[in-house]
Amino acid sequence: MKIICALAGVVIKELYRRKDFYVLFIITILICAVMGSINVFNDKQVIRYIKDIALLLIWISSLVISITATARQIPAEKENRTLLPLLAKPLTRTQLIFGKFLGCWVVCGLMLACFYIFFGVLAATREHQWPLLNYFVAAFLHWMALGVVIALTLLGSLVFAAPSSNSTICFVLVTAILTIGRYLDQLALSFHEPARSIVYSLYFAIPHLEWAFGLRNLIIHDWPVDAWAFYGLDILYSLAYIGIFLLAACLIFRRKAVN
Amino acid sequence: MSVILKAEKLRVEFTTRQFRKTTTKVALNGLDLEVNAGEIFGFLGPNGAGKTTTINVLLGFIQPTGGAAYLFGINVRQPIARQRIGYLPEMTYYYKFLTAEEILRFYAKIFKIPNAEAERRIDDVLKLVELEHARKRLIKTYSKGMQQRVGLAQALINNPDLLILDEPTSGLDPVGRMKVRAIIQRLKNEGKTVFFASHELGEVETVCDRVAIINNGELKALGPVSEIVSQHGANLEKAFLDIIEFQPETVA
Repeated sequence: MKIICALAGVVIKELYRRKDFYVLFIITILICAVMGSINVFNDKQVIRYIKDIALLLIWISSLVISITATARQIPAEKENRTLLPLLAKPLTRTQLIFGKFLGCWVVCGLMLACFYIFFGVLAATREHQWPLLNYFVAAFLHWMALGVVIALTLLGSLVFAAPSSNSTICFVLVTAILTIGRYLDQLALSFHEPARSIVYSLYFAIPHLEWAFGLRNLIIHDWPVDAWAFYGLDILYSLAYIGIFLLAACLIFRRKAVN
Repeated sequence: MSVILKAEKLRVEFTTRQFRKTTTKVALNGLDLEVNAGEIFGFLGPNGAGKTTTINVLLGFIQPTGGAAYLFGINVRQPIARQRIGYLPEMTYYYKFLTAEEILRFYAKIFKIPNAEAERRIDDVLKLVELEHARKRLIKTYSKGMQQRVGLAQALINNPDLLILDEPTSGLDPVGRMKVRAIIQRLKNEGKTVFFASHELGEVETVCDRVAIINNGELKALGPVSEIVSQHGANLEKAFLDIIEFQPETVA
């Protein structure tokens, strides 16, 4: 575990010393602050639209940061040849994969905390209330969903040679899951065999991240928090996909020649 | 004298597939090698001879097609075989966003060196490679020679018994080369074993006790530098060219 934490520490240092997060954070703050300062048509419920757009921006920013940061981890180690002295040390490739994953996931967690605190302050200026439990549930499950995205991107970085192609493919895939993932079963009904079975298989195989995306409504519409068992299952579901993707990444990486 | 590094009938084949045509290149063909404790061992060969492939096998980066390699008697397939070695690869660009101190602390953690001991080792190796003054500067501000010395420092952080250096002076200016050579000499005086792949024959002649010369993946010569030089007359360069059967082309 000490080795995994050491590897994660380097990833965390890299990401907080780069400018990506700060740029996206400032852009998000500016857009949300401008939106928050205006009152369209004197609508008293306008804060809901602002919250909706702000959360969408937070989701986009978090996906961009998590995918781009993860996609370059192992290719950069290869390109700069730092992978060689690293693997010449007594560490396994599995530890390397887990260290990279942990580093990216922790950074994304810290980033989400910043975003949600800002969001909370923005919403509180208009609504004068702090539904902390709703924020915590939405942010935590957002983080779990990002864990799946990070594990998927890490797997992609071992399959696709260029970080840019991996980032693009992962971003398209995650966007497709978030937008049309839940409708694939209905879509399958409109096809004939074998397309129907293929689309059905796809529906059951993909990680359904839309439940986490849907939890925005907890904050936007102040919906009550569901039973904890329900969220527990969500967490287990995410952990299962994280495990599957990391296992696949480890198996691929173990077979790869690093020279 | 105990054998620290051993290769037995090492064979490596690379298979490439292009336009449905599979070609196999034999990078190493039955290489036998033994390096004893406390010696500086030069590993020579022209480009593409198989030097880096041998090092890659020794470090577990690639699996041999045949034969086996051992470090301290442990098969290189096991990560623990790398516990007592230091490795300096050719031309590496270390994490630009870290300082020398942070990089060394990171590698020390990988070796699970206790914090107090790690800090002492960091001070020692930074002093050895003469980077104390720049220890808190980001690597991206370092010159090429300084980066190479950071590489040497990371290779020494665990106080290794065996150092594997892959062309440690390539790309360095004469001053940088001299500094790296002095460090290797100092390590020799401390009783360390150094496995040293290089093109710089003058350098090898100066610092190495024994050398192995390989060509086309096969061992062509092995022995003390003085013995190889005396067999072929003149100097190591002449001996090297004779051994690899170099035929100079006539320039029109």
